[in-house]
Amino acid sequence: MPTAQSPMSISKVGLVTVAATLFATAFAQEGPNLGVTPSPELLAAWDISVAADGTGLPPGSGTAIDGASVYTRNCLACHGQEGEGLLHDRLVGGHGTIGGPAPTKTVGSYWPYATTIFDYIRRAMPYLQPQTLSDDETYALTAYLLYLNGIIDADQVMNAATLPEVEMPNLKNFVLAYPEA
Amino acid sequence: MSKPSLPDSTLEQVAGNGLLHRRIFLTHGAALIGAGSLGLLAARPAASQEIPPWMRAPGLGMSAYGERSPFESDVTRGVAAVPGTTGTGASRTPLESLQGTITPSALHFERHHSGIPEIDPDAHRLLIHGLVERPLVFSMDALHRYPMVSRIQFIECSGNSRPNLSATPPQGSCGDIHGMVSCSEWTGVPLSILLDEAGVAPNGRWILAEGTDAAAMSRSVPMAKALDDALIALYQNGERLRPANGYPVRLFLPGYEGNISVKWLRRLKVTAEPVMTKDETSKYSDLLPSGQSLLFTFPMRVKSVITSPSTGLQLDGPGLYEISGLAWSAAGKIRAVDVSADGGQTWAEAALSEPVLPKSLTRFRMAWRRDGGPAVVISRAIDETGEVQPTRDEFLADKGAQVSYHNNAMQAWRIDADGAVTNVYI
Repeated sequence: MPTAQSPMSISKVGLVTVAATLFATAFAQEGPNLGVTPSPELLAAWDISVAADGTGLPPGSGTAIDGASVYTRNCLACHGQEGEGLLHDRLVGGHGTIGGPAPTKTVGSYWPYATTIFDYIRRAMPYLQPQTLSDDETYALTAYLLYLNGIIDADQVMNAATLPEVEMPNLKNFVLAYPEA
Repeated sequence: MSKPSLPDSTLEQVAGNGLLHRRIFLTHGAALIGAGSLGLLAARPAASQEIPPWMRAPGLGMSAYGERSPFESDVTRGVAAVPGTTGTGASRTPLESLQGTITPSALHFERHHSGIPEIDPDAHRLLIHGLVERPLVFSMDALHRYPMVSRIQFIECSGNSRPNLSATPPQGSCGDIHGMVSCSEWTGVPLSILLDEAGVAPNGRWILAEGTDAAAMSRSVPMAKALDDALIALYQNGERLRPANGYPVRLFLPGYEGNISVKWLRRLKVTAEPVMTKDETSKYSDLLPSGQSLLFTFPMRVKSVITSPSTGLQLDGPGLYEISGLAWSAAGKIRAVDVSADGGQTWAEAALSEPVLPKSLTRFRMAWRRDGGPAVVISRAIDETGEVQPTRDEFLADKGAQVSYHNNAMQAWRIDADGAVTNVYI
């Protein structure tokens, strides 16, 4: 407990009082302002999301031919030999079932945007070791899944320019429910 | 204690099969409950005249962090992990075993997409960037110095009650079917304050919210919601968030489908358009019978369920019982809950337990004089906008069973003459 005799303590108490008054005023006006400016390096490292128009896609590229071996090493154990599903989600097929009595939702039959495949693989796959694939491997894997679903050719190069141009077959069936009409 | 004798006028029947006027709770509720006349009674040993062992010696010591009674250890969440994982999937709140409206933090439902991260709060940061004048990084200590608000509100997974979309009624417990809804007192910093400090650009209409779990779970949030009532939540039921609920910080969007309240929140990126993440497009979109899919069906609409009696509970013989349950709506407060004991032929208005709060769970109660014959009990909630909970047939006609999400249809429980309860579609 500071004593009143100590000049240092007296000045401290005075400062605290002044600060508290200023704080209360600032609080009402514009908030505490305790955020700090992130470094460009931090922003670059953390900003991993890829928008539907391709914003956020990194440099690099890959084809389905490259992607087959990436798939075998990292995905096959859970998603099956050719994406037919095993322990986890089916990734391939189901085309024409959406809107029928037994819809089969796969990357090919249901997903509206090809960019989402890259985004999701990069952030969350493979399940046991997320964020370990290179950008080239991620492009190649994305290309392989699109190829298995008959959406692109085996030698078609996927990169930041070509991937957003891929039109997914089910995009036309998606409707925005927000904001409500 | 002798059973109070009530004049027949107090036990006025207001709907078929023995439903009684809700004024019974105002005039004689406490006496009836005290006499044990309402509720589900199981066979128990008679009271003993012996001095019980817990009166013959001092009891146990105090503890730094409390435990519930070991006699309650069977009240647990039903855990359903995705094969090959322990942390991905869901666990459900045992609604049939709880009362009131607050879900104990240890029984709050879980839905994780790649396990529960163990986060050191000193190493954790929240980044706000994108279409803002000033990108900002907040430490957890910094967030704790902001003004906070507390709200008692529900969170419900949009996949809740999906079992009832199957062709035959599942016979799991009420919690197994409807237990992906829970209610807590959430305390945190209004997101609008932090966004104000960052300075949102005029074209910043959405925010990507991203967690720091192994799925880097991500959802696009409308700016209007963020500025309305979104919380950067730090506390749940008075203590810091549980790891399973996003420790050290989560987004909380009252009334919206659960997974958009991103846990373990690390990043908020202001954008002009939704990012179209995997979860908001391929998973939590509503596939209609036409083949069209609705994106961004956020609000969890008006809904109720009778938690007692429900499947797995056993009623004694004829007599007075309390039918009790929960109602909620993203649109605001619950205006009324109707209950039927004759399969929906006649209805009576239940008593609502105070407080009735917006976007919160509301407890309803209905006195019921069971004559011992079969009964089918159903609840039907109406929210403050006048929206009425749909029947199962109405829901299916509108959305179809393939929709998978946002099932808010009425639940019917059949009570047989022997007191057994089953899930039925009517």
